[in-house]
Amino acid sequence: MSAEESSTPPITDAERDELRRHGILLTSIEELYNWGRSNSIWPLQFGLACCAIEMIATATARFDIARFGAEIFRPSPRQADLMIVSGTVTKKMAPQVVRLWNQMPEPKYCIAMGACAISGGPFKQGYNVLKGIDRFIPVDIYIPGCPPRPEALLNGLIELQKKMRTEKLAGPDAARFTRPEEPSEYPIPEFGAHDLVPPKNSVVWQPPAPLRTDKPSA
Amino acid sequence: MDAHPYAFLAVFLTVALAFPLVMLAVARVWVKAFQPAKPGATKNATYECGLPPTGDGWIQFKAHYYLYAIFFLIFDVEVLFLLPFAVAFSGLPAGALIAMFVFVLLLAEGLVWAWHRGYLEWK
Repeated sequence: MSAEESSTPPITDAERDELRRHGILLTSIEELYNWGRSNSIWPLQFGLACCAIEMIATATARFDIARFGAEIFRPSPRQADLMIVSGTVTKKMAPQVVRLWNQMPEPKYCIAMGACAISGGPFKQGYNVLKGIDRFIPVDIYIPGCPPRPEALLNGLIELQKKMRTEKLAGPDAARFTRPEEPSEYPIPEFGAHDLVPPKNSVVWQPPAPLRTDKPSA
Repeated sequence: MDAHPYAFLAVFLTVALAFPLVMLAVARVWVKAFQPAKPGATKNATYECGLPPTGDGWIQFKAHYYLYAIFFLIFDVEVLFLLPFAVAFSGLPAGALIAMFVFVLLLAEGLVWAWHRGYLEWK
């Protein structure tokens, strides 16, 4: 596994780079695993609004998401490991988004693409707009923009790859999918008469504390 | 030493069996070592584009179109044989005429059966 667990002292990154220069490749299962999966992300073919057009443009020849190994958009959550929430999530759509997220196998990641998926965006005041998908599912990467350019989505993908490469398979700071106690499914909200029931998942999202300048907090 | 001419089949069979078994074993070891399985009610439910699934995935399809394929076959075969029959009609012996008559009767019987069962009604 990792170098820390073996009795021999771990070699430093500088030493490893020196060995690589001489044609000796040292690696660990963890590094190999992260290298492999971060370079073959299969996103869910799942577009919600106008950001989806930018996502489609990212997949086409001009921007070519295939350069980063993420060109296989899967039409089924069973085969996908990345959900790009691309666009406005209406309250009617939110249960379906959460259900699709639940049906994806671990390890899975979520990119909130665009202002709407992050916070509701320009439609935040709308009565039927969810104010951020992170109220129900854990989001790994936020990509601001309205809509974000394909380059921004590619940047988000690269950031996600960086995150995947730093994930640990064991130890106290192991990744979420390696922990048996961490849930793989999240509660699916109901489309109620006035709002989603419940309106948020308190485990993944807490409302920010109100900031009152006229009343200093005790 | 010469190998048996069919030895490659044994090698092929061994590799074909071992390859998926090794892959499945590695996946099982991986699950045990690093990545605990996390099944759940929603995760294991039938996939219906994110909507709540209704009913079971194992349903029977009504093979209705099969009957239309059969009707097509009746007329298709009939035309296929009737055309050369009509062209060579004047020079045919009596035996050929009777054989053709029996053949058309067989096809017509199928049509009458389908008509009788009401399969010609568009439902």
